[in-house]
Amino acid sequence: MLKGWLIVVTSFAYLGLLFAIAYHADRRAEAGRSVIASPYIYSLSLGVYATAWTFYGSVGRAASDGVGFLPIYLGPTLMIALWWIVIRKIIRISRQNRITSLADFIASRYGKSALLGGLVTIIAVVGIIPYISLQLKAVSTSFTILLQYPEIIMPAKLAAVPVLQDTAFWVALILAAFTIVFGTRHLDASEHHQGMVAAIAFESLVKLLAFLAVGIFVTFGIYNGFADVFARAAVEPTLRALMSPLDGVAGSYASWGWLTVLSMLAIMFLPRQFQVAVIENVDEKHLNKAIWLFPLYMLAINIFVLPIAFGGMLRFPGGSVDADTFVLTLPMAEKHELLALLVFIGGLSAATGMVIVETIALSTMVCNDLVMPVLLRLRRLRLTEREDLTGLLLTIRRSAIWSVLLLGYMYFRLAGEAYALVSIGLISFAAVAQFAPVVLGGIFWRGGTRSGALAGLSLGFLVWFYTLLLPAFARSGWLPIGWLEHGPFGYELLRPLALFGLAGLDQITHAMLWSMIANAGAYVAVSLWASPSAEEHRQASLFVDVFKRAGEAGGARFWRGTAAAPDLHGLLSRFLGESGADAIFRDYARARGLRWPDDNLVADAGFVHYVETKLAGAIGASSSRIMVASVVKEEALTIDEVRQIVDEASQVVAYSHQLEQKSIELEAATAELRAANLRLQELDRLKDDFVSTVSHELRTPLTSIRSFSEILREDPDVDLEQRKKFLDIITKETERLTRLINQILDLSKLESGTTEWRETSLDLKEVIESTITATSQLFKDKDVRLQAELPGQLPRLVGDLDRITQVIFNLLSNAVKFCEAGKGEVVVSLAREGNFLRVDVTDNGPGISLQDQTIIFDKFRQAGESPSSKQRGTGLGLHISGRIVEHLGGRIWVRSRPGAGATFSFTLPLVRKGAHARAA
Amino acid sequence: MDTFEIKGQRLVALSMLGCLLFNYPFLALFNDPGILFGIPVLYVYIFAAWGLLILLIAMVVEARE
Repeated sequence: MLKGWLIVVTSFAYLGLLFAIAYHADRRAEAGRSVIASPYIYSLSLGVYATAWTFYGSVGRAASDGVGFLPIYLGPTLMIALWWIVIRKIIRISRQNRITSLADFIASRYGKSALLGGLVTIIAVVGIIPYISLQLKAVSTSFTILLQYPEIIMPAKLAAVPVLQDTAFWVALILAAFTIVFGTRHLDASEHHQGMVAAIAFESLVKLLAFLAVGIFVTFGIYNGFADVFARAAVEPTLRALMSPLDGVAGSYASWGWLTVLSMLAIMFLPRQFQVAVIENVDEKHLNKAIWLFPLYMLAINIFVLPIAFGGMLRFPGGSVDADTFVLTLPMAEKHELLALLVFIGGLSAATGMVIVETIALSTMVCNDLVMPVLLRLRRLRLTEREDLTGLLLTIRRSAIWSVLLLGYMYFRLAGEAYALVSIGLISFAAVAQFAPVVLGGIFWRGGTRSGALAGLSLGFLVWFYTLLLPAFARSGWLPIGWLEHGPFGYELLRPLALFGLAGLDQITHAMLWSMIANAGAYVAVSLWASPSAEEHRQASLFVDVFKRAGEAGGARFWRGTAAAPDLHGLLSRFLGESGADAIFRDYARARGLRWPDDNLVADAGFVHYVETKLAGAIGASSSRIMVASVVKEEALTIDEVRQIVDEASQVVAYSHQLEQKSIELEAATAELRAANLRLQELDRLKDDFVSTVSHELRTPLTSIRSFSEILREDPDVDLEQRKKFLDIITKETERLTRLINQILDLSKLESGTTEWRETSLDLKEVIESTITATSQLFKDKDVRLQAELPGQLPRLVGDLDRITQVIFNLLSNAVKFCEAGKGEVVVSLAREGNFLRVDVTDNGPGISLQDQTIIFDKFRQAGESPSSKQRGTGLGLHISGRIVEHLGGRIWVRSRPGAGATFSFTLPLVRKGAHARAA
Repeated sequence: MDTFEIKGQRLVALSMLGCLLFNYPFLALFNDPGILFGIPVLYVYIFAAWGLLILLIAMVVEARE
């Protein structure tokens, strides 16, 4: 049996467990070993989006609209994909400016406007209160139903109870106390609540598991799987209609679309979502996992909604049981006490998670952006001179938490009963959607101004109030219901549910349409026509260009003034306590290589800005600005000066860009120089090699000439035959010497560029033929066959006749030299290749190894170089040929396979570019 | 353009794909009283498209380039 005390004890045990988790996480954070530094915890904490509304209300909505509950969860999936760009930017901005809440963010963006911060706070509080009342309603309803076990009685049928006997009242009080212990135990300059985040992540797990448990129980326990539930439901005509409901009453595509948009905005701008996604984010990288893990969480928690809805309608026909309670009543009807208790705890976790984060976020806003700026401005209170304000801050926050929860309870008592869970939630969604234009515009559009934001927000909020909240009041009996149907004072055109005669839309679509038109329209229009102040200019630039700025010091350049370090210290200690102020001073000094308090800190612009952002972390940007202004003598910058600074900044950017360009060019030049130097060294080495090789090459024939001459002179007994042979050798070696010297001279001329080129128009075919005639004796001597394949008509080209002859001669004589006597065959061919003429000289000699092919055109290098080599040339012929061909604009190369002959080829261009210049 | 920006653009594209899949006319095409695998066609479509979208998003985000 489920006794009341058992439920209460379990609930408190659960809350105690939450507190233990939070306490542990806070301890770990203080020790520097954060438990929430994980993308999984971050993703789970985003699950605070799923409240009691999701837990109980989705099934209720599914029972009336089929898939109509889904846009609320599809929207976040569509939005979170954009977070890669959008939220990352917001997180970065918030970190750099120490933003503490959504109101702080908006106020800070539009020139640290306290008025705007206050307006945002009011919208958020008014908008969220129905949502909080919804959580109270869910917890108290589920508690009351559970209490009736084993009977299933709807609370609406119970008699109205006085406040002190109302569960919801006690739930509100307990939650307020719990939140205060959770969120405002102490004041932290960084405004992180690590313990809270850890507890929220745990709650997300609990509610998911509870919901999956009841889903599996209904689908597979009561029925035989998904197919069974749907097959049984399909028999009932009313249920069957829910399976393709989109043309139905509430399911028009327009309202589906608007619900998606609404939830896309809610996932970013609900104060609690902003709190966990932005303020409590400890590492931007966590976003990467959350972008797909969070939608997965949404998918998981929604899978069983439809089976539970159908199961419930089949189990409790005729609407005897409210569909919002199926999640709880189905296990109860099946006498499954433990599961029912688990469901209650799951619902409790969904509700507490939402209430804790939402009220902490709201209390921060109320304190930093509504109460403090007002108190600080009241000179009578002389707050700016008071010694210690930490206590005051905490008191304000705690009172704000009490007030928000009690207001939620009041709304629940007075209006909550008239609506289903989902409709209440949507009213809040529509309220926070009003923040979208000023936030999104604020981070991407530099032109958005404070007046524009004020106009847009006020108008949007008014339209929301008129088309959604007032009708809700009217339905609850606060206002005459006739006012809804006939418009105020009988003006039909102003009917809140069909403004300006726009009828036929559901309430949310209608309200969203008009409020967004008013909001975004006024924001853009007023921004375009109102000129911004200096402060707004500066903040706009800080926000929009957050990724272009180097660091936190960015804001300091816009400040001018004088201050004294002790004043700043006093200011900090009033809000953060003596030790907090000491810590900030020490950090600042350490970052600059100083020691505080031994070294004197100069309160320059950078330091004042540092103090202001630190203080903003505790009391919000607008309050912080007022406080800092009270201790420094600030010389306000004029708009022109800010413009000038911005211009200077862009000039600096341009300069640095130019510098970068220059340094790249310089690097390239250095690289070229280095390469040139290497080349010079290489040339120097080559020259040395050349000289030594030349002397060696010259000495070989000289030695042989000298030794044979000496023999002839010294030994008169040498016979005639022998003498003749010796003289032959001497003659041959002399010829070789002559040839070598000629070639060396040739080469040095080529290399020094002093060769005279006599360029004439010539027919390459004639040149080849005449060279063949000149070398025919060589071929005959060695009995090598020479075959020429020369086509008939080819264009003439411009070149030096003697030099080209030299190349062909060289190739032919080489070919014949390497052919075997008697079996040799050499083929000369000429062909046109595009704009080139190509000459091939192919022999069937021993061929050239691959290794040799690469060096054969170098100076003094010959194929098959070895001491015993019979084939003696000068080693310069091919090199000189290569030089000549290159000079004439062609290319020379060899193809060969060892043992299969070699083909030397060269090309000469028909038309040469810059031929004249080179000829000079 | 670096990997970071490319991923951002791919995610924008996927988000737009999602907007397309979960709106008129695609929804209307599947708003059909038929049954697939024992489950109404519309439900199968929405959950399958949703799952696929999450898978694609995860692949874009987790890709190492």
